[in-house]
Amino acid sequence: MSAIVRAKALRRLFDVSKPWLNRVVEREPKAFLTAVADVDFEIEEGSVYALVGESGSGKSTIGKMVVGLTGPTDGTIEIDGIVITGNDQKAKIAEARTKLQMIFQDPYASLNPRWKVRDIIAEPAKLRGLEIKGLPERLLQKVGLSPEDADKYPHEFSGGQRQRICIARALSSEPKVIVCDEPTSALDVSVQSQVLNLMSDLQEQLGLTYLFISHDLTVVEHMADKIGVLYLGALVEEAPKETLFASPLHPYTRMLFDAAPKLDAFGREVDVPKGEIPDPINPPAGCSFHPRCPLATSKCKKTRPQMRLIGNTRVACHHV
Amino acid sequence: MVQPVLSIKSLVVEIPTRKGVLRPVDRVSYDIFPGEILGIVGESGAGKSMTGNAVIGLLERPAHIVSGDILLSGNPIHNLSASEFRKIRGKKIGMIFQDPLTSLNPLLTVGEQLVETIIEHLAVSKKQAQERAIAALEEVGIPAARERIGSYPHQFSGGMRQRVVIALALCAEPDLVIADEPTTALDVSVQAQIIALLKRLCRERGVGVMLVTHDMGVIAEAADRVAVMYAGRLAELGAVRDVLSDPKHPYTYGLMGSTPLASRGLKRLNQIPGSMPRLGALPEGCAFSPRCEFAQEVCKTGSSPFIANVDAQAACWFPLPHTKSRSSK
Repeated sequence: MSAIVRAKALRRLFDVSKPWLNRVVEREPKAFLTAVADVDFEIEEGSVYALVGESGSGKSTIGKMVVGLTGPTDGTIEIDGIVITGNDQKAKIAEARTKLQMIFQDPYASLNPRWKVRDIIAEPAKLRGLEIKGLPERLLQKVGLSPEDADKYPHEFSGGQRQRICIARALSSEPKVIVCDEPTSALDVSVQSQVLNLMSDLQEQLGLTYLFISHDLTVVEHMADKIGVLYLGALVEEAPKETLFASPLHPYTRMLFDAAPKLDAFGREVDVPKGEIPDPINPPAGCSFHPRCPLATSKCKKTRPQMRLIGNTRVACHHV
Repeated sequence: MVQPVLSIKSLVVEIPTRKGVLRPVDRVSYDIFPGEILGIVGESGAGKSMTGNAVIGLLERPAHIVSGDILLSGNPIHNLSASEFRKIRGKKIGMIFQDPLTSLNPLLTVGEQLVETIIEHLAVSKKQAQERAIAALEEVGIPAARERIGSYPHQFSGGMRQRVVIALALCAEPDLVIADEPTTALDVSVQAQIIALLKRLCRERGVGVMLVTHDMGVIAEAADRVAVMYAGRLAELGAVRDVLSDPKHPYTYGLMGSTPLASRGLKRLNQIPGSMPRLGALPEGCAFSPRCEFAQEVCKTGSSPFIANVDAQAACWFPLPHTKSRSSK
């Protein structure tokens, strides 16, 4: 199998400087927030790759860069072997980008309330110049709604149904890769399971590839084939699902696993994680996890660990 | 027997609308004892927050209490006037809301907000109030509390802000704390810290806590007892271990089964078909009957089961386990 998405040394900075005049008066340099720092990953065709991390870890920014909603500061993204982040071969890039689609977190904000469901679903196909007659009805059936729903407006649906409409819309341009940014975080548990099942079914039927972004470890464990753990913009560990959950190597991954609530841990006294995510504008030197890390030594404070391969796992830590 | 801090008896909240009267809370009864965390779970629209708002007298018009009693340490509070309620709120009942940024005043320093609350409810001088405020911040684990007391809410991180909110809820030494989704806006690692803090304070001070959340995992770790709500009614009530590991109500059973954790290793997650009915279109009989795989004739036509009249932990005519089909499914 070949990689359909390949990200190389992906980096994204955001300019968080004060206005020009203030900088001059206060003699401050420009300030940058490093949202994504040198992230490499590959997604096999037909697989589910998950990015997990807490808020501010850069997972959504990576998702946006993959679909082209924002460009990387440095590094490249390839889709099917075509670099889509450059400027040359515009026609080829446009062609490659038709293979991408996205599903967003909040189904209340991502559907235009003034459009009928039919138009919402048909739009991506229309833009690609595909035949749209009967398409919305067909897709609605595919995602478990009825064809008659095509003439309704988004407000007539519940959250779970809206997310199904979002999925139908994503499918209409016949993409190969779908970036799912927290697709079930806004949904209730019982609805979440319905939507996740639908997504697995569709993936199997249509041979889709998902880049699945979530903060919920249980959801990720269910959906993903391979998982990348992000901390403060950097990939700290990446492994196939079974390996990661059986033997997490990076101390941050272990801390995340310990902190996640468990259904059978009645009255469990958690080993409370130390500290919080540091300020991304002034991240700690060396390994950015060292202030919270139980294994940290002086080396961690100075040098940033490189990704190493241990068995099936790629991990960025000096001490595992 | 210990007197419960909070005792809700057959509470009914109604909202009159043009299309008819809705009942977001329907004959709900439960007690919370000192030093106990009672978890209230349910999906959105199940009536969990509405029950909490009724207890603190913050129901928004036109929602109102129609019948039932709310007793705080034995005294009825459901019929108090707005000004009488102001004396209780903050003093006897502390509140923690989901979003710490909106429940703190951005224009006042953290210290000013704490001191204001303490002076309002306790007979202490300003200086003593200041000392108490610092002690309260230290107790919730804010480092360098003496220096940070002059900071504004925006200068704290999300987790620290929620700690401030907890300090604020506890500073007047209330008997009851209502925590409405206190960790939903936080990251897992911070969530673990906040839950541990809540548990410790509840135990040390003997405060009763009503923990409203949609997250079963949080309930499992924090709560002593749990009340599961569905469509405004109590579906199941009992010790957390019993309810979560051996649910009697098919809804609880389905809810537990549909979490990815419970379906670990399965290719597909278990799911409950359909979704919760709207309050305006509740089915006859048991509200869960249209989605229930075990529903019988009586569930769909008979009177709806309530915990009081079913004499069990679950409001169900046929509490589980009553068939062998459960495990084979």
